[in-house]
Amino acid sequence: MEVFKYNQPIVGFMANAKKFGILSITLVVFSLVLLMTKGLNYGIDFAGGTVIQVKYKGDAPIQQVRDILNKNGSYKGANVTYFGSNSEIAIRTKSTSKDVSVDVSDQMNKLLKGTGEYEIRSVDMVGPAVGDELRNQGLMAMLLSIIGILAYISFRFEWRFALASVMALIHDVTISLGALALFQIDINLPILAAILTILGYSLNDTVIVFDRIREGIRTIKSAELSEVIDESVTRTLSRTTLTSLTTFFVVLTLYLFGGELLKGFSFTLLVGVVVGTYSSIFVASPILMWLKFSIAEFRAKEAEKLKREKEREKMRAMYEQGTM
Amino acid sequence: MNKLNYRVVIFLFAFLFGVVFSIPSLTQSDEGKKITLGLDLQGGLHMLLSVKSEVAVESKVKSIGTTIKYQLEKEDIIFDDLKIEDNSVRFELLDKDDLPKVTEILKDDFKEINVKQNGLSFTLTLSPQLIEETKKNAINQAVDTIRNRLNMFGLAEPTVAKQGMDKILVEVPGIKTQADEQRIRELIAKAAHLQMMAVDEDRDARVNTMSEAEAKQYGDVILTDVSNPKQKYLLHSIPILDGSMLVDAKVGYDRQNNQPLINFKLNGQGAKIFGDFSGRSVGKRMAVVLDGKVYSAPVIRERIGGGSGQISGNFTPQEAHDVAIALRSGALLAPVQVEEKRSVGPSLGADSIRASMIALIIGFLSVVVFMFIYYGMAGAIANTALIANLFLILAIMSLFEATLTLPGMAGIVLTVGMAVDANVIINERIRELLNAGNSITKSIEQGYNNAFTAIWDANVTTLIAAVVLFAYGTGPIKGFSLTISIGILASMLTAILGTHGIYQWILPKIDKKRLNFWFGIKTKGAK
Repeated sequence: MEVFKYNQPIVGFMANAKKFGILSITLVVFSLVLLMTKGLNYGIDFAGGTVIQVKYKGDAPIQQVRDILNKNGSYKGANVTYFGSNSEIAIRTKSTSKDVSVDVSDQMNKLLKGTGEYEIRSVDMVGPAVGDELRNQGLMAMLLSIIGILAYISFRFEWRFALASVMALIHDVTISLGALALFQIDINLPILAAILTILGYSLNDTVIVFDRIREGIRTIKSAELSEVIDESVTRTLSRTTLTSLTTFFVVLTLYLFGGELLKGFSFTLLVGVVVGTYSSIFVASPILMWLKFSIAEFRAKEAEKLKREKEREKMRAMYEQGTM
Repeated sequence: MNKLNYRVVIFLFAFLFGVVFSIPSLTQSDEGKKITLGLDLQGGLHMLLSVKSEVAVESKVKSIGTTIKYQLEKEDIIFDDLKIEDNSVRFELLDKDDLPKVTEILKDDFKEINVKQNGLSFTLTLSPQLIEETKKNAINQAVDTIRNRLNMFGLAEPTVAKQGMDKILVEVPGIKTQADEQRIRELIAKAAHLQMMAVDEDRDARVNTMSEAEAKQYGDVILTDVSNPKQKYLLHSIPILDGSMLVDAKVGYDRQNNQPLINFKLNGQGAKIFGDFSGRSVGKRMAVVLDGKVYSAPVIRERIGGGSGQISGNFTPQEAHDVAIALRSGALLAPVQVEEKRSVGPSLGADSIRASMIALIIGFLSVVVFMFIYYGMAGAIANTALIANLFLILAIMSLFEATLTLPGMAGIVLTVGMAVDANVIINERIRELLNAGNSITKSIEQGYNNAFTAIWDANVTTLIAAVVLFAYGTGPIKGFSLTISIGILASMLTAILGTHGIYQWILPKIDKKRLNFWFGIKTKGAK
């Protein structure tokens, strides 16, 4: 089966770069506004607090549980929601306890007695100090991986490629965070992992497009960067679409069948895969153009490198002959 | 068919290796190394504890008080006002002639302690180094003690490890019910601080009307009875001896009422102190105090030698069992507090496994079917590599006895989607070359060449993100980055080297007239 033919006409991506630029900037600005107004909904992993997951035999008496908790001073304002199904609820509260032998779950257990036959399926409690630590670690991880990737791409390509890919990356992460803010999804550790995966995935895509552009600079005769980019991106179009599709499919199955605990995680990835694919084609390459990447310069450098290598080889050959 | 080339041999070997070493994990057999399921999948208790190490410093000061009291009494030195205040021990001599003897004792036995002398009154304080050391010691001791307790409790493979400077990570898998979990938490947190304390017989009659502050003035403390909170005792706050001199504690039964009780045995020094004290205090009462509650306060009838005693209270057999474990494993020098707790019931873990397995199977099948439809045999070859990749991930994790968490499962599912990427890139390149009219051999060789740098650079960038995540992540997140990293590395072997080897091996079979079957393209055919 072929969706993209080998003689696929070259798409004029760069001619429309401005339009996509405007779309991207709008999305990023919209996300930033969302992040500032609605803000991220930090889950207990980062904000501290307790989440208790309770499963009832039959439907959960959610209203009764709310009433009981509201009557109790220390759990007033606890948030009780259905979790995945009508028989399961999640109780979220800001309170934590330091006592090892009697904790929030034991107290909750006492309060819930008489609400029906239930089982406490999980208790997550994170003290405020730990929450801060986890958040710092998360930010640190994000920063370090961006630095590491920047360094690697600069080394393999050129600094403009690195800068363009990191800008595409920031674009992807900002929009994904914007989506998380829009839907007020609990930010927990798995979501941090999802964001870092988006980081890796988006780069993966961008690097493959860039690799083709690097190759195109050598093989395509045109000295016009936009033409080289257009042709290279067109050549990778089929790969980009296919890989994005398989990844998207897999993440979608995770979202649909992976259970309630992985919902936020796979949602973040879904957004990330879409945005990451879009950005590798429509964001990263135009930035390369706007950074005034010069084909002539790059070719000269490559030629220089080749010359040096040839010379070295010649020297080696001479040396080997000399010793023989 | 061609002769087997080194690529396909390595691939087959890797495939075999993957299958063989993932068998123990897949069949859950008892033999061989296998993947351990994380607490979020098998259920269990995860806690991050912090140690209130300043309490250890306080009790260190208290024990210095006890020792000095014992030493002074032994030398028949008369003193007054032995008090513990603000982490220092203060006392005053009544007889000037005792000064040289006291100086001698302080020089010999209290080397690391700062002594301030003002006339006949002495103040002992801990040096900053000793405070630091005491705190560190308290944390290490807490780790050992909690580990001992959990081991003695008889649970399968609990983990107790120091994390960072002052935190303790406790992981207990396989807890079945909420009640069991609470019992384990109680065992972990139990101070198990056993003390023998003398009742202040001169003032005990007034204990019910006495305030804490007044008691403190006399160097006493008011404690209540364990089963009857109204019953109060006035005790000398510096104990006669404590649980550090205990060598054994066992559950026994009272012969009269068949109530469980705990028999304990003291070491030589403890037995001697106990004997001396009981000899001096016939007719007075001595309280057995555990964690600040009086369990019994019998009248001493005669000198008690041998150094054994018992604690009776209204124990249930379970309680007695746990208390004995706690006493045997030693007291916690400082109390522990929960900083983070995650507990997962076994049913939720099973649900998570089922859900992620379904996602894995559906995701895997859809990718495999898709690859075959789109690329024909080339897709089937890629699918072989994908299957080998999955086995390799399992095998490598088994060999390292790594922990598989829920995010780790998600990582494997994600790897399925991303691992075929390498083959998509390669197949696209091969198609391109075939369409340009190259021969099959050339298209394959050139295709792998062209695809390599892209795959390499893309994988290294993803790997950088995964490694950073592993270094900075905690618990479940580590599992995610681990499976992703292994998946990427394994895909280099299977998707690049392995498929390349297969092509070279079956090359003569590839019919250039049937490119649609082999590579899924309709072309006029190669020249």
